[in-house]
Amino acid sequence: MHTVVLTKGVPDFREGQVSFDEDGHLERGKTPTVMNPNDQFALEAALQTRVRHGGNVSVMSMGPPGYKEVLQEAMESVYADDLYLVSDREMAAADTWATAITLSAAIENLDEMPDIIFAGFKTADGETGHTGPQANWCLDMPLVTHVISLDIDEEERTLRAKRLVEGDIEEIETVEVSLPAFVVTDPEFVPSYRSAGERLTLKDLRAATTERAPDYEDYLTVWDHADINVDPDYIGLDGSPTIVSSVDPIPKAPAEREATMVEPEDVDGMQEVLEAMQSAVGGDAAAAEGD
Amino acid sequence: MSDYEHYEALVVGAGPGGAAAAATFANYGIETLVLERGAEAGSKNVSGGLIYAEESAPYTIDDLFPGFREEASERPITKYRIHNLAGDKVESFDLTKLHEHDTEWSDSVLRRKMDSWLEDRVHERTRETGGGLLTGVHVTGLLREEGKIVGVETDELDPITADVIVAADGVNSELARDAGLMDWDEPEEWFQGVKAVVDMPNDVIADRFDVGEDEGAAHLFSGDLFQGVRGGGFLYTNRDTLSLGTVFHLDSLVAEQAEPHELLDAMLTHPLLAQWLGDDYTELEYSAKLVPDSKKVALREPHFGRLLVVGDAAGQMQAQGPIIKGMNHAVTAGALAAEAYAQAKSRNEPEKAGTRYAHLLRSEGVMQKLRPRGYEMFRGVTEDDGVTDIVESVLTSFVGRAGIRALSGQLERLYNVPALSSMIPDTQTPYVTLPTVIAEELGTPVRETSSVTPPSLEERIGDLTYDTDIGNPHITVLDNSWEASGAAVAACPVSAVDFGGGCYREELVRTNGSEERVVSLDTQPCVECGTCAVVADTEWTHPRGDKGVEFKWG
Ligand SMILES: Cc1cc2nc3c(=O)[nH]c(=O)nc-3n(C[C@H](O)[C@H](O)[C@H](O)COP(=O)(O)OP(=O)(O)OC[C@H]3O[C@@H](n4cnc5c(N)ncnc54)[C@H](O)[C@@H]3O)c2cc1C
Ligand SMILES: Cc1cc2nc3c(=O)[nH]c(=O)nc-3n(C[C@H](O)[C@H](O)[C@H](O)COP(=O)(O)OP(=O)(O)OC[C@H]3O[C@@H](n4cnc5c(N)ncnc54)[C@H](O)[C@@H]3O)c2cc1C
Ligand code: SF4
Repeated sequence: MHTVVLTKGVPDFREGQVSFDEDGHLERGKTPTVMNPNDQFALEAALQTRVRHGGNVSVMSMGPPGYKEVLQEAMESVYADDLYLVSDREMAAADTWATAITLSAAIENLDEMPDIIFAGFKTADGETGHTGPQANWCLDMPLVTHVISLDIDEEERTLRAKRLVEGDIEEIETVEVSLPAFVVTDPEFVPSYRSAGERLTLKDLRAATTERAPDYEDYLTVWDHADINVDPDYIGLDGSPTIVSSVDPIPKAPAEREATMVEPEDVDGMQEVLEAMQSAVGGDAAAAEGD
Repeated sequence: MSDYEHYEALVVGAGPGGAAAAATFANYGIETLVLERGAEAGSKNVSGGLIYAEESAPYTIDDLFPGFREEASERPITKYRIHNLAGDKVESFDLTKLHEHDTEWSDSVLRRKMDSWLEDRVHERTRETGGGLLTGVHVTGLLREEGKIVGVETDELDPITADVIVAADGVNSELARDAGLMDWDEPEEWFQGVKAVVDMPNDVIADRFDVGEDEGAAHLFSGDLFQGVRGGGFLYTNRDTLSLGTVFHLDSLVAEQAEPHELLDAMLTHPLLAQWLGDDYTELEYSAKLVPDSKKVALREPHFGRLLVVGDAAGQMQAQGPIIKGMNHAVTAGALAAEAYAQAKSRNEPEKAGTRYAHLLRSEGVMQKLRPRGYEMFRGVTEDDGVTDIVESVLTSFVGRAGIRALSGQLERLYNVPALSSMIPDTQTPYVTLPTVIAEELGTPVRETSSVTPPSLEERIGDLTYDTDIGNPHITVLDNSWEASGAAVAACPVSAVDFGGGCYREELVRTNGSEERVVSLDTQPCVECGTCAVVADTEWTHPRGDKGVEFKWG
């Protein structure tokens, strides 16, 4: 099985890492770039596929040269055989559509068409969740999103996945598609290794990864738009139909609010709470008390 | 047979016993899988610990793992003393001769460091056979087909079958119990060990213990400082920490309703220890574990079908007087079990591995150390209550005291006789009365005062690392009446009477005017010592893989 994982670099939004200016705008220069946290699940799914069925895993990203480290991070966190960075000034300021066109062109440029392409669910900054499905629109494979577990039948060349319906953990359906396929993993995705053999293979892969990750650049291929044969008019800012008219900060809740603590046993106090709630929603406390 | 995943050899547990078994299987080229429940080998283990390489042993840890002493152990122990205490009076004997008897070398170890070092080597060597070592896998029991043991079941993996299974899963072995070889019913058969690892820079150790780089000291304590509970204390020097602890007979602990942490504190704060602990006591870790008493529980036939039981799991833990030998015997037994299987297989009778293993334990002299004939012969007399009473009253009488004084020049020599120390009866006399009388009659008072303030139980629990398996407690109390399970409140090393933050608590339940005394259990602070499996009525298992307490030192 050859799988490709799409991953993006995002600002490190963790406390102590992220930095905002006075107007509440993100200071990209001061905030380190890390691998999009949700992409971990896509990587785990690819790793599970490799452990169970062999083959290799490629990790691909479109972004500035600084994303190299994101690819290294991806290689460190799970085994990856090779890394692809699609990077070029013409690709800057792409919206999800232009990103999807670029990524799909890069995938088609690989020596061999992969069996499965994995994308994560939403990035920590853009948060559209569009890029995966849009890239697949160009590739035209069966698409399964919100995947929480998967099983592959190599002989039948089918993939059976459990997925959340409408992203709801309460509602799970199982779907089967033929390979090659495009899979978007849900953050609820849990890899499963129920045999000792699988866990031993996993251990081998992790050991090998630890060894090669410092030399990740030896396994890295960088492509520009000419390498992947795309017309500059369809990528980057020129290829992006989305126009951002303005960005408004979300109003903050007032920092100081008055609070009165009421013990549940305090009947009079609870009555006051009830009245306050009723008046807030425009009801009648006395009526509520009536029955 | 069903199409389960299969390995030729399966080893459960990656302590010294499991590591030795796995390395020996690998030496024979046998495909071997090792399953360990801890997140890393050693993260669940506690030892005193001095590991011995006995001259008479067919296998030692450094034979099987070259580089062990340089990389995995702490210090060679070159000084060995026992201190008899009564009040502030001390009479000390040099036991270096006893310590060096049949000893090629003896090093202090810390189990997290030692076992994780072994883990890497074992994985590397078993991987070459097509197997390997996996951590975070809790073996829950045996897999049987048509009544025969064929493999194991685990919490994390699908069942696995094997041609030979070595249970090296330590004290409270779930496999030995499942096979019907061990029960956890009699407190008389177990010791409880409690330990603190204390921070101390290398140069301070050199200074306070008067030891060089490749030297180390062991100090043992017995007498009247432990509320009459049978057992003693130890202090061992590591590279830049100290190991301090106590080992008590579990039945005695229960009978005296003693609090293990208080007994440990009694030792830590004793004025004699002030010279070593100084006034900068920093405790790094508090831990505890049961210890089998081989004299009573070492299995004479530690096997059942394809299952071979080694180390603590088979009760192979020898208390040779004050000297505790468990790790070395686990190593020997583990290697012998693997050897027995390899021999049986080469004769085309692999089903005879178990009986061969038991035979090797006898022919290599291991059994004789674990169950000394002298102890067995004299036990009837020396542990007889009537005889004990007479000995006790003579010893504490004017005559006995005069005898001790008369013997004063000989006592140190007598303490150093290995045959005597292996026959020590399991009574109050050798543990409490004799040391106390010796100290009273011959001892000199200690001048120092202790400024050690040990952490409270709450602080000790707070300093431990846990990955709690929320909603899935590994121990359940079957009978919560005070009569059935009340002993655990005091005996559990992380519980105490009038302490609400431990595992076991006393509760009074009022029903229709009458009041019932019961116990409740919260496994969150559990250090998985095994005590309540024996002293309370519980359904006792280890937590799932990776879950529960994680010792950093051990
Ligand atoms: C309205 C809007 C306007 C924007 N305008 C600009 C702009 O002017 N300039 C600008 O620089 N950016 C802009 N962006 C950001 C840019 O469009 C997105 O970062 C990018 O297209 C990915 O979309 P996303 O972050 O929503 O990812 P999602 O669609 O949420 O990502 C889902 C998955 O797709 C994959 N993926 C996403 N992006 C990549 C990538 N680059 N390489 C590999 N895999 C990827 C990952 O597997 C990821 O988990 C804009 C975004 C929006 C929503
Ligand atoms: C306080 C104290 C002081 C001691 N002092 C000394 C001393 O100075 N010298 C000495 O030689 N001995 C000493 N001992 C005894 C010694 O520690 C033991 O005898 C020795 O560790 C036994 O080795 P083992 O390999 O049989 O078991 P262990 O070392 O207990 O190893 C068992 C392994 O199996 C794993 N395991 C258990 N159950 C399962 C399961 N169901 N599934 C998967 N894995 C499992 C455990 O996590 C562990 O890693 C002391 C013990 C204590 C408690
Ligand atoms: S609950 Fe039981 S096993 Fe856990 S620490 Fe207490 S006595 Fe030991």
